[in-house]
Amino acid sequence: MYAGLWRIIPGPWFVKLFVFVVLFAAVVYVLFFHAYPWVMQTFFQTPDVTVGES
Amino acid sequence: MRARHSKPRPRRHATFASVLGELLLTAGVLIGGFVGWQLGFSDAIMGNQQQAAASEFAQSLGDEKVAEEGTELRTDEPPRETAVGALENYAVMYIPRFGDFQRTIGETTSPLVIDSLEQGLARYETGALAGELGNFAIAGHRNGLGGPFTELDQLRIGDRIYIKTPEAWYVYEFRNTEYVPPTQVDVVAPVPDMPELDADDRYITLTTCNPDWSPEGRLIAFGVFVGWQPIEDGMPVELAEALEGNA
Repeated sequence: MYAGLWRIIPGPWFVKLFVFVVLFAAVVYVLFFHAYPWVMQTFFQTPDVTVGES
Repeated sequence: MRARHSKPRPRRHATFASVLGELLLTAGVLIGGFVGWQLGFSDAIMGNQQQAAASEFAQSLGDEKVAEEGTELRTDEPPRETAVGALENYAVMYIPRFGDFQRTIGETTSPLVIDSLEQGLARYETGALAGELGNFAIAGHRNGLGGPFTELDQLRIGDRIYIKTPEAWYVYEFRNTEYVPPTQVDVVAPVPDMPELDADDRYITLTTCNPDWSPEGRLIAFGVFVGWQPIEDGMPVELAEALEGNA
């Protein structure tokens, strides 16, 4: 799969590497700023912080 | 001697098993990444969003200028505050001990307010309004979803807590913390921990969870009112200096 991606990216190895790193950074950005916050808000209850009778 | 490029490596074809393996590895990295993100980055990233939202709301509340040097805090009767509707923005809190910290206080302790990336702090609707006689009580996350109160245990006696509302700037001073079970509602009583008494003074109470990431207990911080300044005066000089020093 990843080997296939490496072959699809055109150019000599350093161009491939550059494109690969840029793609990786883009994925990390989407995860950190959009995907993970959504997952946290949607699926993980953060501990209750109020005091109450129940 | 063998020439280094004499034999091109045979090209291996992707098989079902190899693709499945890579997908599973990827899933592992994504899940591990989430854990690392939650512990290491979530509060910074989501906190920044809350900070930006609070900054915007603070500007809409009134004059952004800094008060003139020598403006004294007033200790006479503060203006009457009006409560806003449920879930709406009410005020902005500044705590210089936490650095460049400003967060919007929303109305009612609904998860919709506490978990919001626009707000993050929530006013107990049963308590007093800012500057009012009684207990101005506010809840916020210790960790996760911006974690505004991560460092609530780092407050020191005398640390100032500033509240900006459409009417005025209110200044409170931190007194002490207390660790209590989640059912200890007396901490938000008009006189903290003394539910049998009627309101006699102006208090502030901040509640968050304890220990970190756990719903087992609550960490409570108490403070007392020291004074107020009309909104037209501008930001209290001390706060402006503290924010500058932190920046």
